[in-house]
Amino acid sequence: MAARLAGSRSGTALSAAQRGPLVSCRRWAGATADTVYDVVVSGGGMVGAAMACALGHDIHFGDKKILLLEAGPKKVLGKLPETYSNRVSSISPGSATLLSSFGAWDHICNMRYRAFRRMQVWDACSEALIMFDKDNLDDMGYIVENDVIMQALTKQLEAVSDRVTVLYKSKAVSYTWPYPFSMADSSPWVHITLGDGSTLQTKLLIGADGHNSGVRQAAGIRDVSWNYDQSAVVATLHLSEPTENNVAWQRFLPSGPIALLPLSDTLSSLVWSTSHEHAAELVSMDEEKFVDAINSAFWSDANHTDLVDSASSVLHYVVSILKPTKVSARQLPPSVAKVDAKSQVLFPLGLGHAAEYVRPRLALIGDAAHRVHPLAGQGVNMGFGDISSLVHHLRTAAFNGKDLGSMSHLTGYETDRQRHNTALLAATDLLKRLYSTSATPLVLLRTWGLQATNAVSPLKEQIMAFASK
Amino acid sequence: MWRGCKLSSSGSRFLGGLRSVYRGTRADCPRLTTSAVCSKNQLSWTLQIKPWVVNEYRIMWFKSCSMNFAFLNRMKSYRLPWIRPYSTSRSTVDSNEVKTFLALAHRWWDEQGVYAPLHSMNDLRVPFIRDNLLKTVANHQPGKPLSGMKILDVGCGGGLLTEPLGRLGASVIGIDPVDENIKTAQHHKSFDPVLDKRIEYRACSLEEIVEETAETFDAVVASEVVEHVIDLETFIQCCCQVLKPGGSLFITTINKTQLSYALGIVFAEQIAGIVPKGTHTWEKFVSPEKLESILESNGLSVQTVTGMLYNPFSGYWHWSENTSLNYAAYAVKSSVQEHSGPEFALKGEREELRAEASTNSGLRWDHGRAGLRSLVEENPLLDRGSFAGRSCVSAPRTPGH
Repeated sequence: MAARLAGSRSGTALSAAQRGPLVSCRRWAGATADTVYDVVVSGGGMVGAAMACALGHDIHFGDKKILLLEAGPKKVLGKLPETYSNRVSSISPGSATLLSSFGAWDHICNMRYRAFRRMQVWDACSEALIMFDKDNLDDMGYIVENDVIMQALTKQLEAVSDRVTVLYKSKAVSYTWPYPFSMADSSPWVHITLGDGSTLQTKLLIGADGHNSGVRQAAGIRDVSWNYDQSAVVATLHLSEPTENNVAWQRFLPSGPIALLPLSDTLSSLVWSTSHEHAAELVSMDEEKFVDAINSAFWSDANHTDLVDSASSVLHYVVSILKPTKVSARQLPPSVAKVDAKSQVLFPLGLGHAAEYVRPRLALIGDAAHRVHPLAGQGVNMGFGDISSLVHHLRTAAFNGKDLGSMSHLTGYETDRQRHNTALLAATDLLKRLYSTSATPLVLLRTWGLQATNAVSPLKEQIMAFASK
Repeated sequence: MWRGCKLSSSGSRFLGGLRSVYRGTRADCPRLTTSAVCSKNQLSWTLQIKPWVVNEYRIMWFKSCSMNFAFLNRMKSYRLPWIRPYSTSRSTVDSNEVKTFLALAHRWWDEQGVYAPLHSMNDLRVPFIRDNLLKTVANHQPGKPLSGMKILDVGCGGGLLTEPLGRLGASVIGIDPVDENIKTAQHHKSFDPVLDKRIEYRACSLEEIVEETAETFDAVVASEVVEHVIDLETFIQCCCQVLKPGGSLFITTINKTQLSYALGIVFAEQIAGIVPKGTHTWEKFVSPEKLESILESNGLSVQTVTGMLYNPFSGYWHWSENTSLNYAAYAVKSSVQEHSGPEFALKGEREELRAEASTNSGLRWDHGRAGLRSLVEENPLLDRGSFAGRSCVSAPRTPGH
């Protein structure tokens, strides 16, 4: 640890040396006007705002000063627009528990969300499918518009405005990191300079500023990252007829997975990951061609080969002998009738993982620490999971009177989350790669793998339990 | 003649006394019988401090050479449970040494440094203090559960335990006789506007504030202190006096067992050489039974005694049934004190102790480099002399009458 500190500090030591003396002299003279916060959250997106909310609503932080820095303007809390937003998130039950722990989930329920009880994932190159559902018809997850989540969080931030200060339209332009331990005349806190030139100090900085995290870069934390050769196209779709619409559908095409997520009886949200060229083409298509492309992506058997089909039916036959009762019935996805005007948007996909989530007085959460392919619908859930874990560790630290920026508990957070997140990232990346090919041996392998997994209920339950955290 | 408790009551007290002795050689020296004592002390102190200094230099050199950090850290950490923190940051006569100790005093707050075990001990002792104190109040303010409580942290060092207690809302006075420690503590808290208000540090000994702070504190904390106390009896009396009726006393220390001798003295000092020889005096370690009897005889009822174990490899402390090494004790001052019978017995015991101390010091007089041990034993003489004229405060109080 000490070695890591010594090594890692070199990146930030320079800036500290430049600004350090001035700041510390002022500190030492006791003439500073800088406010010292206990926690500053940088980035007021879904994860950052939820972090500030969670801290603000926790009784153990009743005595602490918390600040949220958001570059954008404050969201106007008005009536929800009639049209659904094209940016939606799949919220796992674990994330919903977190959101309800500080009252945001109630707001979401009062606005709009859609629960799904089943998830069907199948292969475009074979008959193989996996069906996740719960016997007791519990909700497997919820599809919620990002705007709805943000509104709920903004409301809850207002509710604790006495404890959590939110600075909208402000962005940190530089950070000065403290030395690993208090030196003769250096301040032990992180110094933050904002765009307007004002400065503030914090005992703990939480970086929640997305996958291009400025905090991460300023701290010199390396991250493993690569861009996928894919972009995601999102859109709001109208179904041809009203249905129960409580299933999340995902089909793996050789070009990438396409997912249909329920929004209401007649509306679903599309997340289609495909090659950059194809994505650009899809976005520029007229409505009719776009709808046709979606329907054929879900229904076409063009990628099937006889060999794989017969191989999969053999395994299917074996499974039905071994487990005559429990055979998941294949369901058919609803067909799409039209697309909401101008709801087609594309964004590039990538994977990223920070080598470290924590430094003294610094913790990274959400996309700042990890970026994931949307195929598992885990992006924001990993971020909310980070919050649960970090709040848990900070709460214990606060109740033990510890310095919130101390590595002794921050490393606990890092260990907990890296264990979970790297597993998810690796699994997601593997799935993405495994399904990006139509080479027969791999198709055969994944077909049997998927069928076998589908047949082994305990395994499926494990996967569901892991994904619903 | 002096039945009171104006004594060097802790190891820290002793060192404080010693320093004033140094000053005394230059200015007035009222506390001493002869100035020869001073120079003798000074000599043995210098001799004694050297190996430690060398050891520290070695560690620093290793660090600068980026040698195996982790191992060294463990090695360094390991000795900590056995030594008194303040002993590293004494002011000395040699200016080079002063520099070294200045550097060391700043390392109080290095969580991975020499004081790592004391940092991680907070995981046990802070909840121990907090939970026991919370039992005494009906309800508490979430976020700052100890708000409204006054706590005295005796031998606070760099403020490692003082700050967490302050963060929990208590107003804390931290005392330590070593100026450098208090400076470090003061400096460290000055960056935190909240703690700056809640915590007050003083470079003094417990005896010096007994009178002005009589029955002031809801809790007194003496963590890793009593194993260096010259006269435990008196120390406990002082603790008791500054406590409000019904107040709590928290002590963590090291047991007097064969195991603590084997690990603390033989292994750490003689074999591994992690701790300079003579840093600890096994004879001064206190068994829980002895501590309990002293507490009880001073009107403090012992609530809990529980063992603590340090794992030098993980760097964490654990609670344990086994009190044979380190342990923590919690006692409560009775709300209404009765006239205590054992007054005579105590007096007798004190006389005995005093006699013992004098003989010890007399014996060691001839050994020029008898080290800390002899210094510790001699110290009572110095301090007792200096306090000889002061009145007794040990008489039990009867607030109810």
